[in-house]
Amino acid sequence: MSIVDVVHPPGEPWTGVVARGQRLRLVDLEGTQAVDTLVYNAHDPAERYSAADTIRAQSNLFLTTGSRLLSSHGNPLMTVVEDSCGRHDTVGGACSAESNTCRFGHHTRFMHNCRDNFLVGLARHGLSKRDLVPNINFFMNVPVTPEGRLDIVDGISKPGDHIDLVADMDVLVVISNCPQLNNPCNGWSPTPIGIHVTE
Amino acid sequence: MPDDLPDNLILSDETIPAGAYWTGVIPRWSTLRITDVDGAGAAALLAYNAEQPSERYNAPDTTKVQNMVFLTEGWLLLSDLGRVLFSITADTSGGQETLAGGTTPATVVDRYGDGGTYLKRRNQRYSNDRDNFVAALGRHGLDQRDIVPNVNLFARVEVDDDGGMRFVETRRAGCHVDLRAEMNVLAVLSATPHVLDPSPVWRPGPLRATVWRSPPPTASDRCRTRSDEARRAFDNTDAYWSRWQARGAA
Repeated sequence: MSIVDVVHPPGEPWTGVVARGQRLRLVDLEGTQAVDTLVYNAHDPAERYSAADTIRAQSNLFLTTGSRLLSSHGNPLMTVVEDSCGRHDTVGGACSAESNTCRFGHHTRFMHNCRDNFLVGLARHGLSKRDLVPNINFFMNVPVTPEGRLDIVDGISKPGDHIDLVADMDVLVVISNCPQLNNPCNGWSPTPIGIHVTE
Repeated sequence: MPDDLPDNLILSDETIPAGAYWTGVIPRWSTLRITDVDGAGAAALLAYNAEQPSERYNAPDTTKVQNMVFLTEGWLLLSDLGRVLFSITADTSGGQETLAGGTTPATVVDRYGDGGTYLKRRNQRYSNDRDNFVAALGRHGLDQRDIVPNVNLFARVEVDDDGGMRFVETRRAGCHVDLRAEMNVLAVLSATPHVLDPSPVWRPGPLRATVWRSPPPTASDRCRTRSDEARRAFDNTDAYWSRWQARGAA
């Protein structure tokens, strides 16, 4: 049964509760679109996605089929059950007005960014900056070399690629469909995504 | 006192017992020196703007602004507001990593077993970074919502092409790292073994935390000038500091 079935435009926040056992599908409709995502325990948002615990537990930076998103309390929030892309980022975090000024120059200060989308999305649920932690970037490609070099490089997702996650508890999902125009994370042109929740 | 620092520059000098936590405020342009006393030290570090702790260390911004996940001399620890919390002005260790995060109650039991209770070991109990952070942050009116992925001093984690992570032992007794505060920084340290340290034996090491009055950065400061991104982060920090002082708060 379909619970959510939307085409979500670029540059906008989306939030929704995915109940335990339900399946969330995110579709990169046109390819190479970063989907910044945070996950919380819907009943106690102090328990939230922990990038460090998630990658430490699987000894790997990338998310794909079989990856478990772990919470700050060490509990599984969601499990990746299907992935046609093969690699999703856990280290790049969200763009912000402030980090944009460092990375690209002060002329980018007033450009739209994921930080603002996250704050607007969190506010719908009574949450705030304090609840903003490093996020997942679905469909974003951030390799790290053995020497520690990190780069946000051209995406590898193709039009129609999708990732499916099953909720291990009732979770609040907060998404920013990334508006970044200053690097290749969105193929230089942010595009819509599909968001589907099914029983 | 550390050998190379004159007594009159030392603001505080404390030993952090193995497994314990420490917290303090480092005034702008003073330096926090962390020393791995016996070569078994590991230090999980969180940092906040002491005047406005909602501004805090941000691992993704630190690594993507500098295109680097290993932090050693010359690199910066950035906040989530595009400003510099700490500059690494000296580092005699094998460097710092900021991917793996801290130990938790569950990771400690997984690695070392369940024999580390207070009942069995009193103050040599097995501690963990998460509970240490909660206890330390509580002293400042902060709580678990203020915990974010931390820096791990004296630890190297290498990443391969497929994203696999590997702990690399780099520690030597007496190594230290100097963190120069670029604003008033609230620092929290936890001295439990690195979360990926493969040793099955609980063997945390003591740390020494020395705060000393360091020279202000010059126009040619290596940390400030290493990249355009670093210069802009420093510019943001200076602008914030000027505004804050103009409000009469300093």
